[in-house]
Amino acid sequence: MTAAEFAAFSNNAIAFASGIYALAFVSHLVEWVLGRNVATAAPQMVVVGAPPPSGGQASLAAGRGDDLRIETSGRIGVALTVVAGLLHLAALVTRGLAADPVRVPWGNMYEFSIAGTLGVTAFYLALLRRHHLRWLGPVVTGFNVVVLMLAVLILYVEAGPLVPALDSYWLVIHVIAAIIATGAFTVGGMASLLFLVKQRAESRGEPGGTGYVARLPESSVLDRVAFRMHAFGFPIWTFAALIAGPIWAEYAWGRYWGWDPKEVWAFITWVVYAAYLHARATAGWRGRAAATIALVGLATLLFNFVGINFFFGDTSQHSYALSVITAHSGLG
Amino acid sequence: MRTALILLFLLALAAVPGSIVPQSAVDALAVGRWRDEHPTLTPIYDGLGLFSVYESIWFSAIYLLLMVSLVGCFVPRIRIYLRGIRARPPGAPRNLSRLPQFRSFDVDEPSDVALERARAVMRKKRYRVDLVSTLRQAQDTAGSTTEGSVAAERGYLREAGNLLFHVSVLLVLVGFGVGNLFGYKGGVIVVSGQGFSNSLSQYDDFAPGSLFDPEDLAPYNLTIEDFDVQFLRNGPQAGMPTDFSADVTYREEPGLPERTHTLAVNHPLSLEGGSVFLVGHGYAPRVTVRDGEDNIAYRGPVIFLPQDSTFASFGVIKVPDAQPEQLGFQGLFLPTYGFSMETGPVSRFPDALDPVLSILPYRGDLGLDTGAQQSVYELDKKNLEVFKNDKGGDFRLDMALGQTKQLPDGAGSITFDGLDRWAKLQISDTPGKPLALSGVILALLGLLGSLFIRPRRAWVRVASRDGRTFVELGGLDRSAGGGLEEEIDDLERQLRGPSAGSPTEAHKGKT
Repeated sequence: MTAAEFAAFSNNAIAFASGIYALAFVSHLVEWVLGRNVATAAPQMVVVGAPPPSGGQASLAAGRGDDLRIETSGRIGVALTVVAGLLHLAALVTRGLAADPVRVPWGNMYEFSIAGTLGVTAFYLALLRRHHLRWLGPVVTGFNVVVLMLAVLILYVEAGPLVPALDSYWLVIHVIAAIIATGAFTVGGMASLLFLVKQRAESRGEPGGTGYVARLPESSVLDRVAFRMHAFGFPIWTFAALIAGPIWAEYAWGRYWGWDPKEVWAFITWVVYAAYLHARATAGWRGRAAATIALVGLATLLFNFVGINFFFGDTSQHSYALSVITAHSGLG
Repeated sequence: MRTALILLFLLALAAVPGSIVPQSAVDALAVGRWRDEHPTLTPIYDGLGLFSVYESIWFSAIYLLLMVSLVGCFVPRIRIYLRGIRARPPGAPRNLSRLPQFRSFDVDEPSDVALERARAVMRKKRYRVDLVSTLRQAQDTAGSTTEGSVAAERGYLREAGNLLFHVSVLLVLVGFGVGNLFGYKGGVIVVSGQGFSNSLSQYDDFAPGSLFDPEDLAPYNLTIEDFDVQFLRNGPQAGMPTDFSADVTYREEPGLPERTHTLAVNHPLSLEGGSVFLVGHGYAPRVTVRDGEDNIAYRGPVIFLPQDSTFASFGVIKVPDAQPEQLGFQGLFLPTYGFSMETGPVSRFPDALDPVLSILPYRGDLGLDTGAQQSVYELDKKNLEVFKNDKGGDFRLDMALGQTKQLPDGAGSITFDGLDRWAKLQISDTPGKPLALSGVILALLGLLGSLFIRPRRAWVRVASRDGRTFVELGGLDRSAGGGLEEEIDDLERQLRGPSAGSPTEAHKGKT
């Protein structure tokens, strides 16, 4: 295939992957609706969607047929997520092949969004069995649909070669670490959010509650999953932002730390997640406070990714992530 | 712990303004622009130190407090740890069934074998094992009992990792501080074919650390022999530079043999006492200016600064030696000339495909004799007057490569002789780099230890009564990492050994 064909394939694959993520989302939604024992009207809540039959108390009063249908919809949701993930991966690979010369597919924001969401899917699927994460299905698929849509609508740029500043093997090391950490923090943030929701329901003594919340694992389990994700992501973020980034900056710009807006916010993200880990070991901050800090961390992470490039695009040396730049970013 | 948390938040919060307000250490020009646009806010921001957040008193105060809190936190903990690391695992609690994880079962082995097995199993699982009590006889109402217990603990390195992390953070801060105090960063624009020698007077801008001595500048010199830049010619991202590099020759010290290096982005030249980085490039048109008396008043390249990605570049030519009046020129260099009625002359492509100089000539006094500092990129037009054309408008010179244009009134002429490129070099030295780097790597190692080493305690109590051997197993997780249940399950499997008995009681609490 030629570069143009690869590029076209990549675009189509992203479109299809988004569509299948949407179907997976719907499937998890069905799982939830059935589990809720209200088989008729569609629910009004959209973001949160489906229950895991494996999550402890299975269905409440639903009959055997319902149980089977719930399990089937859940499995279909996971299967569709796998298919979407594979297409998503294919899209990312062909995006790299579409450039001449061939390069890693994370040279601008569009590509970073695609790589980051793939990281989220990969995380979710990799840990699905071990940690019984199916309750995350609707959140992960919904999130990916929204982010991919935004990426295609707002961030899209044609495939092309890298600007010279990015032409370094540190691009592979630095950015892949950032993508993995972003994936882990995002999944961890989802778990923290659900922890807060679940804990609120528990403290109100609503064992039944609404379907999805009732079928979430206990809040202590959610908290532990969230902690493990963050504990996994934090060292990788440390490496990406405070080791690989500075080393590359030293090579490319002649200073390892220059308080560039992107660096400032990477540092802020690091400090907030450090505070999260600290808070989890501090009496009085465990649970709700810690989960809130984790969400603040996620907000700074996303702001660093999106906000910096849009609001401070021309002052940040990292601004090539947004679009084509001139190579004289170092000029007074 | 709580203080550290609050300080961490304050630090994160305090870092925010530095990403919003332009910082003089990052972009002095942007600070200047901002000051011009916000005359009322400027004094307030100045007072708050918002233009140099990371050197401000309040930012320093927060991280110094954080450091103090760090030291205050880990010094006592090191003492406790050193004591703890030598201590034997604490003995089994009286009632193992109260522990978060508890199993009880019986085995077909004599109690001494079971006890020895428990010790071996714990050892193999890398527990520090203490045989708290060997078998002893006890007599109570239920009859004769032989009892013994094993106490085990593992994961001592977790706290070591934790402490290493905190000490390393201090190392990083020290390394960072050394770099800021003793380092320097300077920038210079060098036209292709010309040289640079490392002394203070040669720099266009120079930012030394407060303890840096300019005498310490290493005495090297270098020459840019050739500068090469490639732009993408077609496709949607046409005009994007794909590669730029400079061939340089250099001597580390006068008298040493000359060496060569290809300087490119991501490929700096590392020298003793500083590294040279290529951070930008642009055009330097070569011109010859003749004055009203037909003498050559100026000849050479003039640096024009790129304004945008098309490399339309702005620059001025000052000719103080022109007679009878001084001459000045100001305008644009357009590497690929284009014109439209809306925009006037523009550059359509960053490469020099159809280079044109489009400048306005001035005459009068350049103001160079007043002694005041003047930028080489600006004309002081206070005592200058622009040349007029026949219609009374400004006289504009549009010159292609090789063209000569006469100025009105026989004031002279200017020739666009040729085109050079220039490279912007950044030269910097940051001592303390190895310290900061090893600090952050050690911090990462410590972090991994403190996150993934799971400290646990486990106890086994073996009792034989009426010819049967009962085993009790209890586990305690000393961190919040989870996974205790699996671990105790595994211990149970191994303790049961080849002769599996039946469980009599177990509870699997929250881990």
